[in-house]
Amino acid sequence: MSETSFDVIVIGSGPGGYVTAIRASQLGFKTAIVEKEDLGGVCLNWGCIPTKALLRSAEVYHNMQHAADYGLSASPQFDLKAIVKRSRNIAGQLSGGIKHLMKKNKVTVIGGFATLKSGKQAPTVVVEGKDYIAKHVILASGARARQIPQAGLEADGKFIWTAREAMVPDTMPKKLLVIGSGAIGMEFASFYDAFGSDVTVVEMVDRILPAEDEEISKMARKAFEKRGVTIKTETQASVKTHGSGVTATLTTKGKSATEEFDRVILAIGIVGNTEDMGLEELGVKIDRSHITVDEYSFTGVKGLYAIGDVTTPPWLAHKASHEGIICIEKIAGGNPHPLDANAIPGCTYCHPQVASVGHTEAQAKEAGYEVRVGRFPFIGNGKAIALGEPEGLIKTVFDAKTGELLGAHMIGAEVTELIQGYTVAQKLETTEHELMETVFPHPTLSEMMHEAVLDAYDRTIHF
Amino acid sequence: MPIEILMPALSPTMEEGTLSKWLIAEGDVVRSGDIMAEIETDKATMEVEAVEEGTVAKLLVAAGSEGVKVNAPIAILLEEDEDASALEGYTPGGSASTPAAPQQKTPHPEEASSFETPPAAAPQDEDVSKGRAPSGDRIKASPLAKRLAAEAGLDLASISGSGPNGRIIKADIEAAKAGGAAKPAPQAAAPQSAAPVTSTEVGAVRSGGADYLAKLGVEAGTYDLVPLNGIQKVVAKRLADSNNNVPDFPLTIDCEIDELLKMRKELNAQAPEGVKVSVNDMLIRASALALKHVPEANASYTPDGVAMHKHADVAVAVAIDSGLITPIVREAENKGLSTISSEMKDLASRARDRKLKPQEYQGGTFSISNLGMMGIKEFGSIINEPHGMILSVGAGGPRPVVKDGALAVATVMTVTLTCDHRVVDGALGAKWLQHFKRYVETPITMML
Repeated sequence: MSETSFDVIVIGSGPGGYVTAIRASQLGFKTAIVEKEDLGGVCLNWGCIPTKALLRSAEVYHNMQHAADYGLSASPQFDLKAIVKRSRNIAGQLSGGIKHLMKKNKVTVIGGFATLKSGKQAPTVVVEGKDYIAKHVILASGARARQIPQAGLEADGKFIWTAREAMVPDTMPKKLLVIGSGAIGMEFASFYDAFGSDVTVVEMVDRILPAEDEEISKMARKAFEKRGVTIKTETQASVKTHGSGVTATLTTKGKSATEEFDRVILAIGIVGNTEDMGLEELGVKIDRSHITVDEYSFTGVKGLYAIGDVTTPPWLAHKASHEGIICIEKIAGGNPHPLDANAIPGCTYCHPQVASVGHTEAQAKEAGYEVRVGRFPFIGNGKAIALGEPEGLIKTVFDAKTGELLGAHMIGAEVTELIQGYTVAQKLETTEHELMETVFPHPTLSEMMHEAVLDAYDRTIHF
Repeated sequence: MPIEILMPALSPTMEEGTLSKWLIAEGDVVRSGDIMAEIETDKATMEVEAVEEGTVAKLLVAAGSEGVKVNAPIAILLEEDEDASALEGYTPGGSASTPAAPQQKTPHPEEASSFETPPAAAPQDEDVSKGRAPSGDRIKASPLAKRLAAEAGLDLASISGSGPNGRIIKADIEAAKAGGAAKPAPQAAAPQSAAPVTSTEVGAVRSGGADYLAKLGVEAGTYDLVPLNGIQKVVAKRLADSNNNVPDFPLTIDCEIDELLKMRKELNAQAPEGVKVSVNDMLIRASALALKHVPEANASYTPDGVAMHKHADVAVAVAIDSGLITPIVREAENKGLSTISSEMKDLASRARDRKLKPQEYQGGTFSISNLGMMGIKEFGSIINEPHGMILSVGAGGPRPVVKDGALAVATVMTVTLTCDHRVVDGALGAKWLQHFKRYVETPITMML
């Protein structure tokens, strides 16, 4: 007879769910986690990690193609099957790692799809006909790719892909249409472009990576176009499949044109996984597929909490993990501060990489701040030139009044590994003063972070 | 030498308090034993007596000032042979030094004792922290918080930090600036976060009472938000902690109290003037004796071991205007009914006036909560840590009982014992209840 009574049951084992379960167990709660597929959720199996594996292949391939720039010679070729296989193996390895972590932390793993029904202290969790009870139930059921069947924007598994199909391609499409220019769209555009696809990206608003600072968006667009990617902004797409491919109708400012593509990738956002779980019956508030929660992830239904992609944006793995930790620490009687949406960094692993945290310049101004903006280009940095990566920019946005670092925005090589420096600075609430006094090692890309702070106060040294 | 009156520590753990009221004015002559001021901590209001004699030269802290640090000077007395000129040297550069700012800034004793620094200097710049360097209790604050505090003219010492280890962060300064605004004050932030944020929107503020309720579907403007007072904050935190941390369970038993009521009547008939033993007093004594009889139930859980208490210190829940407080009858097992009765009367009346000393309500080993007088038949209570058990007493009244196979009427009172299972298990709790019941039902044994 297996256990059916716990202190905490977490539903979903993505980076929100499994991290919360481990923390719950550390806090002394008897914890179970429910997963309908593979441990690790979308992030490990069908998102963050496998795409990083694919993009690494693209990066190495790109460098090999430019071997001559470094005084080397190479005649690169690629094997798509092997690239995909490497990506899948890495996902498999990490999912196995989660299994080990669950065991190590004495978290009971329950396989199957969870539904909820009304219970005493918290909703009762039903998995494959069996009732499980807990004092606290934390919903981390995640999200999936958004589709719009009315416009033909619906994955068919053959010609029209979501991220899930796009990361296990059977063929390298000659002509590829990517709909949506957020992080997911731009990463796939980057990958397929690197291996020779003729890629077109369409975006409804007037710039790509619309969540980023405008200046960064502009630079990203330039870099992509330089590499041969076609970008159509303020453009809507509808598609129709036929025997050998897809006919897309692209409408820009009222003017429509049709174009043929071999494959289409849908990257038009996500919808929360809130269906068929009995949430409506419990009275859980759902706003456009996402659950409404308070600052400590409480749903308003006794004993039920929700974290991660199934709740409010930003929809990022690290937001889910952090939110889960705050939620469970609060349940344990701790006194954590709620998550500050402004302190959650975002990274896009396309080429060039993009990373940011906090307010964009425009958002800061809109919020009523008087700002000081600093910029430093990669071309002024010795390490960037030595790496052969002289394109990029680091930008800082300070509150002119208080010296608070409101935001930081980066584009260029390895910026996804750099952004944490500013995130730490923000969390510790440093002002420009401490950042200026910090010693950054030479020669590194991180020196640009220092210079971008100095520049905001007209003190930049190297440019 | 002028005499400094320092903010007293009303309990070993007190760090700051509110100077709620001055009972003296500048120019008054005070004698040792005079009541000078009322000071309020999170749990009680206390009077401050003068120990020295003199003329009040200056009140350094305005009445109503919150967060006055222990040992901060609050007033200056002049000795008999001194006049106001004696003060001049103490406030160099202090142009008249009106006590406008002192509630914001209270210098450290070591600084003040030299009288070299003005007692009330508003922080001028971010170097305010350097002024504290010599003291051991460095105020932890983020650089941004320091700068914001300096700009707002706030003293970091008057702000409590919510960051790790009490570090003062931006949010704390903002809260201090808002100054405990009583209104829900749904400022720009509230509508912003009430609406679902889109992925490109950052910086939504996710805190505050109005937001909290808005997220749960209660609209701002449909209620008044009453700020929590100190007692409410403490009670909320302690009970929530207890509810989360203590694995508790209830045990319920009926006690026939006809004998007890009869004995009470007899006792009161013979008692000297002014003594009137209540049922509750008798239950305190019965509890204390049961604890003495079952000492293993008189225990507290600690992570390092179970604390076995040597005395039955019985805390009794008293409802007061601003919440709940639990004064303690110490060593109740060694006290007779009349002593318990008069102590309880005194404690309860001072509790209602918020005049209890901290040591009169902190600690204890066991608690009693009685809602019988309100007609509650039976109920369970939340354990008041560190107590291992709490007894919830319901109303006694005539109920049908079966005696010798026949239906009879007895006065029955239902009590529920809530136990911390980490120290008191079911059998132990039951054993204690049996002893308690025996004392209550055979009250003469209480008198032995």
